[in-house]
This record gives sequence, structure tokens and C-alpha cells, in this order.
Amino acid sequence: MQSALIKRLGLTLLAWTLTLVICFPIVWMVLTGFKTETQAIASPTLFFTPTLESYAAVQGRADYVKFALNSVYISLGATFLALAIAIPSAYAMAFLPTKRTKGTLLWMLSTKMLPPVGVLVPIYLIFRDLGLLDTRTGLIVIYTLMNLPIIIWMLYTFFKDVPKDILEAGRMDGASTLHEVCYLLIPLTLPGIASTGLLSVILSWNEAFWSLNLTSSQAAPLTAYIASFSSPEGLFWAKLSAASTMAVAPILIFGWLTQKQMVRGLTFGAVK
Amino acid sequence: MATLQLKGVTKHFGETQVLKGIDLDVNDREFVVFVGPSGCGKSTLLRIIAGLESASAGDLVIDGERINDVGPAHRGLAMVFQSYALYPHMTVEENMGFSLKLAGTDKQARRAKVHETARILQLEPLLTRKPKALSGGQRQRVAIGRAIVRNPSIFLFDEPLSNLDAALRVQMRIELARLHEKLDATMIYVTHDQIEAMTMADKIVVLQGGVVEQVGSPMTLYHHPVNRFVAGFIGSPKMNFLPVEVSDVSASGVEVILPGGERIEVPVAGSGLTHGAALELGIRPEHLMLDERGPLAGRVQVIERLGGQTSLYLQQDDRLMTLMADGDVAHRVDETVRFGFAPRRAHLFDAEGRALESLERHPLTHIQRCDNRAS
Repeated sequence: MQSALIKRLGLTLLAWTLTLVICFPIVWMVLTGFKTETQAIASPTLFFTPTLESYAAVQGRADYVKFALNSVYISLGATFLALAIAIPSAYAMAFLPTKRTKGTLLWMLSTKMLPPVGVLVPIYLIFRDLGLLDTRTGLIVIYTLMNLPIIIWMLYTFFKDVPKDILEAGRMDGASTLHEVCYLLIPLTLPGIASTGLLSVILSWNEAFWSLNLTSSQAAPLTAYIASFSSPEGLFWAKLSAASTMAVAPILIFGWLTQKQMVRGLTFGAVK
Repeated sequence: MATLQLKGVTKHFGETQVLKGIDLDVNDREFVVFVGPSGCGKSTLLRIIAGLESASAGDLVIDGERINDVGPAHRGLAMVFQSYALYPHMTVEENMGFSLKLAGTDKQARRAKVHETARILQLEPLLTRKPKALSGGQRQRVAIGRAIVRNPSIFLFDEPLSNLDAALRVQMRIELARLHEKLDATMIYVTHDQIEAMTMADKIVVLQGGVVEQVGSPMTLYHHPVNRFVAGFIGSPKMNFLPVEVSDVSASGVEVILPGGERIEVPVAGSGLTHGAALELGIRPEHLMLDERGPLAGRVQVIERLGGQTSLYLQQDDRLMTLMADGDVAHRVDETVRFGFAPRRAHLFDAEGRALESLERHPLTHIQRCDNRAS
């Protein structure tokens, strides 16, 4: 009885410690955003008079809404495009496998092991020649390609869990492949597809490497917005924190609202 | 209503050949059962008929039209799957109406058809439920209902009762047989259960290793199996086999020497047999009789009393033979009993396992399950 209590207490303490360690940088960032630049570099303290000074400064220097809208367009656009490509691909791999399906899947995943900077120059040149630099379309394309392997992998595992009989019954009932996908496969794996989509939105929202290198002003999303507040000299920590808070707030709220769906989707099929 | 012909249908999966040239005629409104041990190719054959697999060679003909290249939806067939394969996200009504929806039938007509079918299958109170809220038997009926709604020319069943418990299976067997009469449709049914085959079929197709061993009415297969495999497969408990030796061949039959030295004459055609040739004699457990002066003797190993009947497992030389006796036999384990059989009940098989043809046909071999349609 006693030992059980101690065990529970220990576990609770461990969980809280871990949570604090993980959340600390974010909490600190949010707090710093409400300080003045001088307070931000003064010796760290939890007690200070909060001010919106940095937010006002940030807002005065750049149009948050424009960057935020770019982020929304690009992450949603990339997610829909990726799903539109991944659903048929995963269907083919799950239900019409060939000898090379497993190899193809592995190869796709292996592209994620390549450091993006390795292909920066060729991609930059291609984008320049195609006129895609600093366009939302350009980022949508690059994010789609970036997330496609992981999206196909996830959908493939969800589709694999759908009993083949059900699709065959659909075929006997007169369903074309498109009917099969729209009426049977998608409704049956919707939790999985939804969580895959959510993951893709989050990954696209937080991506910084390509957005910093391929955009300047027109198509720059929130990651570029944050970066614009760091500078080699001068005081910028409070402004940077305020900008970061504003940049991550939408996706944090989004993630918090959809966490049930995420968990349900990611464990979908685990328990029959 | 339709006829189906298979002409030299083969199927390869990579290197392995699972169907080795199947020829078969299915008549209009016939209930045909494919039966065989697992891996014999019966399900593959059904899937080829359904269009879910393609044949490697050979022709499939429905009502005189070759349908090899017609998609599953356009063959006019409906299939009931072993797993039921209901659409889990749709209600019973949507499940049953799905094919009509895809065919573009308007909502009113769809509703009417689904409700009419639900009435036949007593599913009306369940129409708004999802499959997960149904029992096994109810799911099975929905799966059958989904097939009926399509108004198919041929119904295909892939081991539809194997997921049900024993009592429900008997009940569904009767319901299916009744349904066959009510719908007056051609049905093809796959099972590994020879009792289902015997009780439901007009015609049984016994498959083994991708080859059709025999096609015939249940009584034909029971009384006149063409080979040792069919003889052993049809009938429960299994037929007993004894090695015998030919002692004489005449117009009235073949005389053989039993393991105990007794001679009996079995009324089968023995042309070409020579004196001393080794044969195998098959006799069904229900045709063995306890008889104090019988030609065979065995020690009782196990007794299974079923009430109305008793199965005796008898050690006879190095063989275990099964004898179905009356429920009231008083024998005990380890007793030695003598037994025999009527020679006309016995079957003889040559070295290749082929049956020697019986000189007289059993009078019931042409009886069909539904006599009124047999003509």
C-alpha cells in the first residue's frame, strides 16, 4: 500500500519534471515576449511587470497577418496536394503490391535521410528558372515533396489494415476504383487520414529551412517572419520572443484542439 | 437465371499452378457446391468466376457469352464472403442499397427494393443499425440480403457459414436452402464441410489439388465415388479401407480375399483383373455390422456413445476401423468383436485408387434436393 503510493508519487513527479523540461523553452519564450528589451537580457527573473511593448514594436515593423496567411495557405495547400497524391499511391501499394513495393517505400523514406542543404543549390536554380522563387506555389510544391514520403507511409499502414474483402465486396457491388476509394476506403480510414493531414499541416507550418532560402517578401510564411527579428547586433530578444509566440500560437491552439483526433488517428488500427 | 460453363480454366500464382484445367457445367437454377480440403483451389475457382481473380487460361461462359474480360460488377453475379465483408461505416439499409446507389437507382426505388429484401430475410427491425451492432447470424443475413438486392443471375457463396456456431449453422443451412427455392436462382457455394455439401447441393464438385475429382449428385458421390479420394472425403465418419487380393473374376463380380482369409464377391466390373492382383476394399462405417459369424474381427479401442448411435473404433491388424452401430450395443473397451458387411455395400479400388465400376446403380443417385425442379 505504502510502496504503491510512493511509486505513484515518484511517477507523478517524474512526469511533471519531464513536462517542465520540455515546456520550459516555450514558457520562457512566452514570458520574454512580455518583457522590455532591457528586462529580457537582465538576470533571469519570473517577476516583472508585463508589457505589450515588444508586441507593438513587432507589429509596427512587419505585417503579421500577411505572414500568417501565407503560412495558412502554404501548409493547407501542401497538405491537400500531398494527400491527393498520397491516397492513390498508398492505395496502389497497399492493394496492388508488386515485388518492388517494399523497396519503393524504403527508398521514399530514405530521401528523408538526405540533408536538405545538399539539394539546396539545384532546387534554388530550378526554382529560379521556373519563376517559383518567393511564390506560395513554390513552397507548396517543396513542402508537398518534403512530406510525401511520410504521408504515403502512414496512409499505407492505415490502408493495409482495411480488410481486402470489403473492397472486393464493393467491386462486386459495382464500384469503380474511384468509388472504392471515395465510398469505402476514405470513410473507413478517415481517422488515420485526418491525423496524417494534421501532422502534415504541423510539419509544413514549422518548416524553416526552405522557407528562409526560397522566399523573401511575397510568399514568406511565419518562420521567415520570426527570423526577420534576429539580427547580428542590437537588442532583439524580447521582439523575437513576441514574434515567435505569435507564430507558434495558431499551430499550438490547432494542435491542442485536434489532439484527440491525432491520438485516435495515430493509434488507429492498433486495437481492433 | 443463368447457366455457367467453365472450359479448361487454369490458374497460376507465380510458379505454382492452383487450378489445372477445370471443366464444368452449371445448369440454370442449380445449387452447385464446390467441396474439397483446404488448398484444393475451390475458393480461387469461385473468385475467378466472380471476376476478382483472372484465369490464366480457359474460358468462362455465362448464358453462352464469354465473360473472361468482363469486370466483376458487370457479370451480373453477387457474392457472399466468409467474413461477410459488410461496410462497417454504413447502416444495414445503406449496406444493402449500396449496389443500387452505385447503379444510379433513385432513392424511392432503392428504398422499396431494400425493404422488400429485408422483409424476406426478417431484417426490417435492423435496417438502421450498423454492422457492429449485429450478431453473427444477422450479419450473415445482411450479407445475403446485399446479394439478393442486386438481383444477380448467379449467387456465389464463399464458405458463408464457417464463422457461425454449430446451432446457427444448421439453421442458416435450412434458410439458405429455402431461399434457393424462393429465389429460384443459380447458386454456387464453396465449403470444406461435406455435410453442408451433402445437405444443400443439387450437384457437388469435389476438388483436390486443383483438379476436379468428381461431379455428381450427393447420392452419386456417396454410393458411387469414382476414386479413393472422393470415397474417403464424402461421408462421415470416413470410409474404412482394407487391403484385399483378387481370387476370382466373373460376370457377377470380383471375388476377393479379406485380411482374415474369408472370401467375398463384390458386384463390380472386374475386366482386366488378374488372379492375385492387390486391391483395396472400402466400406463405410455405417455399412459395417456387428455379427458373431462375421468375416472380420477387431479389438474395441474406443467407444463413442452418441445416444441413438454408437461409434466403435476397432483395432483390426494394424488398422483402426470405424463401425457405426446401434445406440444400445453393450460392448466394452478391449473386448474383441466380430463384424461383417453386405458385399453390395463394398467398393473396390485399384492400385491407382480408381474405383471399379459397380454393376448396379443405386436407385437414389438421380434424386435431387428439390424433386419438383429436377425434371
